[in-house]
Amino acid sequence: MTSVRPLRPPPTEPPALHVRAMDNLAFIRNTMEAAGSFTAVSGWGMVAIGVLAVAVAAGAGQQASRAMELGIWLAHAVLSALVMLWAIVRKAREARMPLLSGPGRKFVLSFSPPMVVGAVLTLVLFRAGLLEAIPGVWLLLYGTAVVAGGAFSVKIVPVMGLCFMAAGVVALFTPVSLTQWILGAAFGGLHVGFGITIARSHGG
Amino acid sequence: MAKHGAARDDTRAHNTLRSAGIRRAPAKRAEELDRLIHERMRLGIVSALAVNDSLSFSDLKKLMGTTDGNLSVHARKLEEAEYIACTKSFEGRMPRTQYRLTAAGRSALERYLDHMEALIRVTRDR
Repeated sequence: MTSVRPLRPPPTEPPALHVRAMDNLAFIRNTMEAAGSFTAVSGWGMVAIGVLAVAVAAGAGQQASRAMELGIWLAHAVLSALVMLWAIVRKAREARMPLLSGPGRKFVLSFSPPMVVGAVLTLVLFRAGLLEAIPGVWLLLYGTAVVAGGAFSVKIVPVMGLCFMAAGVVALFTPVSLTQWILGAAFGGLHVGFGITIARSHGG
Repeated sequence: MAKHGAARDDTRAHNTLRSAGIRRAPAKRAEELDRLIHERMRLGIVSALAVNDSLSFSDLKKLMGTTDGNLSVHARKLEEAEYIACTKSFEGRMPRTQYRLTAAGRSALERYLDHMEALIRVTRDR
C-alpha cells in the first residue's frame, strides 16, 4: 500500500496577533538602536578636563623625577574619568536618554578595551624602565579608544580620536623634554577645542 | 499577498480593540495610517528617522540593507503621506538626498506604537 504525501506542507497556524505586535515593537526598537548615535558625550565635560590638563602640564613640568611627572598625569586621568562620567550621566539625564542601551552600550564596549590595554602597557613600560615611551602610548591608545567608541557617536568624536593618535605618534618620535608639552597640548588643547565644538553643535 | 495579510491583521486588530472598548481616533484614518506604517521597510525608515535629525539616502539604504529602487519606492510613499520630508542638494558634483521625519510622521509612529501596545495588552488580559 502506498502512502500519500501531500505536495504542500500542512498549513501551520498563523502567529497570534500579540506575537506579531511584539515582533513589530522589537523591530522598531532594534532599528532605532542601530540608527541612533551616542550623543551623551559631553562637550563641556571635555572642556573641563582639558583645562585641568593644561594645569597638570604646567605642574608636571616642575617635578624632579620622570616617575613623579607620570604620577601626576595618572591622577589627572582618574580625575578626568570621574568628571567625564558625571558630565555624561548629567547630559543623558537631561536628554532623558538611556545611558547603557543601544549606542551607549556599544560606545562603552568599544571605548574600554584600548583603555585597559593602555593601563596594562603603562605597568609593563614602567617596570621595564621605558618611561619616555609612556606618554606616546597613552595618547595613541586614548585616541584609539575615542575612534572606536566614536564610531557610535557623533561624527566629530572619531575625528578627535584621530588627532590624539597623531599626537601619540609625534610624542613617540620627539625628544623626551618635549613630551610634557605634547601631553598638555593634546589632552588640554584637543579636549577644549573639540569640547566647545561638541557643546555648541550637540547641546552641552 | 503580504499586503493583503497586513490589511487583514489591521482589521482583526481593530475588531479586537473595539471589542475591548478601546476607542481610537477616527477608524478610517487609523486604518490608513496602519497600512502605511505597518509595512516593514516603511516602519524601519520612520523608526530610523525618529532617532536622527536627518539621514541621507545612502545612510538609510545601508541601515535597511535594501536596494536603491526599493528604498525610493517606500520613501516616496511616506513622502506622499507627508510623514517624511526630502531635501535634495549637491555636495560638490554629487547629488545628496536627505530625509527627515515630519511632525505628522512622528505622531503616526506614536499612534502605531500605541496600537501595538494596546494589542499586546488586550490579548494578555484575555
